[in-house]
Amino acid sequence: MAQPKRILVACGTAIATSTVVAMAIEEALKARGIDVVTRQCKAAEVKSLMSGYDLIVTTTPVPKDIGIPVIQTLAFLTGIGKEAVIEDIVKALQA
Amino acid sequence: MSERILNLLEPRAVRLHSQAQDKTEVLTELGNLLFQTGYVRESFVEAALQRESQMPTGLPLEGKYNAAIPHTECEHVLKPGLALATLTKPVIFQNMIQPEEGVPVQLVILMALDQPKSQVEMLQEIAGVLQNALVIEKLMEARDFQDIQKAFT
Repeated sequence: MAQPKRILVACGTAIATSTVVAMAIEEALKARGIDVVTRQCKAAEVKSLMSGYDLIVTTTPVPKDIGIPVIQTLAFLTGIGKEAVIEDIVKALQA
Repeated sequence: MSERILNLLEPRAVRLHSQAQDKTEVLTELGNLLFQTGYVRESFVEAALQRESQMPTGLPLEGKYNAAIPHTECEHVLKPGLALATLTKPVIFQNMIQPEEGVPVQLVILMALDQPKSQVEMLQEIAGVLQNALVIEKLMEARDFQDIQKAFT
């Protein structure tokens, strides 16, 4: 078995929004047979915590060009464009 | 359907068809209600306003109404609770994902959460509500707390 991919989930305060997003990502990917490990953080913590992660998913602006793919989306909160974002996440993890 | 939201929603902290003119007014009103009903410390309102200006929570939704879900650090919270306002006239919140962009918001759910990762199921229910234009419309049309309960049921 391959190691589960690691996703860092960022939002403003790591209190509410990233909780919802992290749970929704785990659920959506599990439904596709992909196991992932998520960790929540504040947007300001991304740079210091990103080492060892395969992907960053964020609901709020984070620094660009940090060497790890970043997907910025509200789809897991609002539902708009959710399927497309899940596809993007799957692709980013396969890359 | 949204049992946990209803468990945490304080009936005395619900303002329907509020005439608030801007986000500061609606946040202050809801935050003060959570303070008066014992959910948060006095510092909560100021902290929520500051948090909103730095990390906004406006969310453009699929239907005709948009929402905002303001919240702030746990140190200002005594016990978990929710306040809710529907607005007669939209007020501008900044977009969570793109803070330079304004979102006209008519539904505000102010969240008092007492620790990170707390109330996961309730937060998932909130996301479910945001994704359900029919529930949002029922909330917007609600005239009293019973209508709100029905919308969430």
